[in-house]
Amino acid sequence: MTTQHTPDAATDPASNPPSDAATAPGTNSTAARPASATAEGRSLVGEEMRARLQQLLAFASLVVIGAFFAIASPIFLTFGNITNVLFSTVVIGLLALGTTFVIITGGIDLSIGTGMALCAVMSGTFITTWGIPWPLGVVLAVLFGGLIGFVNGVNVAGLGLPPFIATLAMMLVAQGLALVISKSAPIYFSDSPGYTQLSTGNLIPGLDVPNAVLVLALATIVAAVLLGRTVLGRYTFAIGSNEEATALSGINVGRWKIVIYTLAGLFTGLAGVMISARLGSAQPATGMGYELQAIAAVVIGGTSLAGGKGSIVGTIIGALIISVINNGLQLMSIPQEWQNVILGAVIIVAVYADMARKKATAT
Amino acid sequence: MNMRQGVDPLLVADGVSKSFPGVKALDDMHVELRHGEVLALVGENGAGKSTLMKLLSGIHTADTGRFLLDGQPFEASSPSEALQLGISIIHQEFNLVPDLTVAQNLFLGREPRRGLFTSDRALERQARELLDRLGLVLDPSTRVGDLTVAKQQMVEIAKALSHDARVLIMDEPTAALNDAEVETLHQLIRDFVSPRTGVIYISHRMDELKRISDRITVIRDGSYIDTLDTATTTMPEVIARMVGRAIDTDARPENVREDRPVVLSVDGLSTKALLDDVSFDLREGEILGFAGLMGAGRTEVARALVGADRSTGGRIVLRGRDVQIPNPARAAALGIGYLSEDRKHLGLLLDQSVADNVALASFGDRFARGGFVGEKAVRREAEQVVTRLAIKTPSVDRMVKNLSGGNQQKVIIGRWLVKDCDILIVDEPTRGIDVGAKDEIYRLLGELAEQGKSIIVISSELPEVLRLSHRVVVMSEGCVTGILDRDDATQESVMELATQRHSAPATVIEAEELADMPTEDPTDTPAPDPRQAGRS
Repeated sequence: MTTQHTPDAATDPASNPPSDAATAPGTNSTAARPASATAEGRSLVGEEMRARLQQLLAFASLVVIGAFFAIASPIFLTFGNITNVLFSTVVIGLLALGTTFVIITGGIDLSIGTGMALCAVMSGTFITTWGIPWPLGVVLAVLFGGLIGFVNGVNVAGLGLPPFIATLAMMLVAQGLALVISKSAPIYFSDSPGYTQLSTGNLIPGLDVPNAVLVLALATIVAAVLLGRTVLGRYTFAIGSNEEATALSGINVGRWKIVIYTLAGLFTGLAGVMISARLGSAQPATGMGYELQAIAAVVIGGTSLAGGKGSIVGTIIGALIISVINNGLQLMSIPQEWQNVILGAVIIVAVYADMARKKATAT
Repeated sequence: MNMRQGVDPLLVADGVSKSFPGVKALDDMHVELRHGEVLALVGENGAGKSTLMKLLSGIHTADTGRFLLDGQPFEASSPSEALQLGISIIHQEFNLVPDLTVAQNLFLGREPRRGLFTSDRALERQARELLDRLGLVLDPSTRVGDLTVAKQQMVEIAKALSHDARVLIMDEPTAALNDAEVETLHQLIRDFVSPRTGVIYISHRMDELKRISDRITVIRDGSYIDTLDTATTTMPEVIARMVGRAIDTDARPENVREDRPVVLSVDGLSTKALLDDVSFDLREGEILGFAGLMGAGRTEVARALVGADRSTGGRIVLRGRDVQIPNPARAAALGIGYLSEDRKHLGLLLDQSVADNVALASFGDRFARGGFVGEKAVRREAEQVVTRLAIKTPSVDRMVKNLSGGNQQKVIIGRWLVKDCDILIVDEPTRGIDVGAKDEIYRLLGELAEQGKSIIVISSELPEVLRLSHRVVVMSEGCVTGILDRDDATQESVMELATQRHSAPATVIEAEELADMPTEDPTDTPAPDPRQAGRS
């Protein structure tokens, strides 16, 4: 964007000479338009380029970090290790996908970590305790996640609680319920081998990629289509950009917020299924802390906490960056304690770079 | 004092040019501020006023040309350096911290200290001294966020003057003030001006320039056009130079269409806060103007009508059928579109594309293909709107924040056309839009009415209401005090109805203010009670 340097200049002396304005209205408009279009054509290309650049930037950092570890450790680039990285991205990735929608509306969801643990416990209850066939149990557990999100949505949109508070409360409720329902003990899925296969099995013969990775890939595609191609996606951006304007445009903002939180809840439920399938058990005391990792992934991916901006591709890259760093540091035998320190630093660098980029384009 | 004072002007911009990549913002600009004068600087949006201010305050550096203060070349490299030179700039958007008190704001960054601690008592004393010196009635211990916009403006001015400024530059200082407050501001300016000081006053409001300025410098497209003596010039002359052509302000619409059917009939609309028994009819193809003073309840009528605010009573009949409108979603579904007075906060998605803004109200129905957005249909429709409304944008993908105010307004109008609304409620359609683009919006609204749309226009600018409307509804204190036909509606007749008091003692608004209306006689209105200063 070349014309943006001052608000005054932005209102384009280039394309808006008064004489032009005089001849433009309504009827003979076709004559007025092409002229201005060519005048600013070039700057528009810049605008689109820059939107691409943002995702490119995240991707480039991923490549750079990957290249670093590839040099530091010979194992890093092996097929087995890459699969490993992808596998370890699944849970954070699923949580991050759902919460991307919420964050684009300008909200936040802190309940996804313990909500995931609760969904895992529910899955164990359905399948192991109640003996429901595991495929149905999976569906119910995912729907239970949707229920958690629905309650969040009602608290935010219906009662008007700030998202931070509403989901902080839900975080505690979910953590408590997970312990109560499971009586603070892990629930094992020993009777349902199919359930664990959901995560660790290989659906595609001959290709040594765990099913969990395929689930994440599929979920990513679904999320990207929802955000990019559907009415739901448009409203997600619209609400985050300007909630009041969206409401005055005749859109039932409250209802759509409930839908969006519910959607995030469904992803939470899926994450609960995948983590318990991977471990072969539902661990009621886990979950806390995952929400922050997921939010970190979303933020590293360039989604603005202020709302209105963000992308699914960015979020997945963000999640990959987190697991690549964790994996790479492990390979280099750097103590686990340091991994969080480095991750924190990465978040600061990533978000700062994003802000600096925006500043450079928006002065 | 300097020997040269009196010979050299106070402040001169001499052949200043400034380019940004792709745009020449200023081209050989000349501005001369004399000692002891108020110089009005006028120009359309994009004329270069803001750039000039940014150069003066050291935010940007000029490419060529120089600035002189008392004949001495100077170059400020930061706003604080400009302040030290005695150049104080009051921007359109305030630099105040709402949660701090008046005193804390006035001396932010220069608090009187005792060691590591600030002294609240010394701070308040200094603030009180400053306010007394300026004759401002403000309590230094009030939280700035609790003040009216007008009083915040006063704080901003006091802050600027506390730096011992010699040149005071004000950018649209009266945008949010009513007439009485404007008068207070003007008094402050008159008190400030002395043989060693001067004021550059940037404003769109022609009637004010006449009252406050000594000379008027007109700039256009980054270039100097002309400087006129205020006393001997007329406003049409000024406007003609601004836009480079004469505007016909009397292009009023044809006669009222008595024969056209009534599409919307409002009967006894009331709200808890203000509205009392508001009734009117809107005909097909009619532009119905709403005039009234600040706080008369015009915007409230619109918001209650579309269900944005709750109403406590009243019947709405749409094409002969009783309807309930509990929320804006219902209004939109019924084909009633509301264009808010506050485009940026209540209208636009600034960071989204023109196409998405145009399609916003229609994603759920017109562009939905089983939950998916019909991208091609959105683009096609948006491109048609851009052509039909002559929106100046290189593409429908452009972010709306990069359009000028007039084009942004057209985008919102387009949104409701795409939604296929028959009834448009347009609140302050030209607020913050420059003169040339205003005319374009007027013509567009006129054309839409001719095509059969029914339009309600709410405006604080009386000439605007008169220019646009077939009929004018005049409101005062939440009631309709009169509905005038085109031929009966004059500035005088409307103003008489707008100042008419309603005999409802419980809800009487203490102070009246003459809103933003340029009238023949704006002087003898009583000072307003700030608590009543709400939306009109």
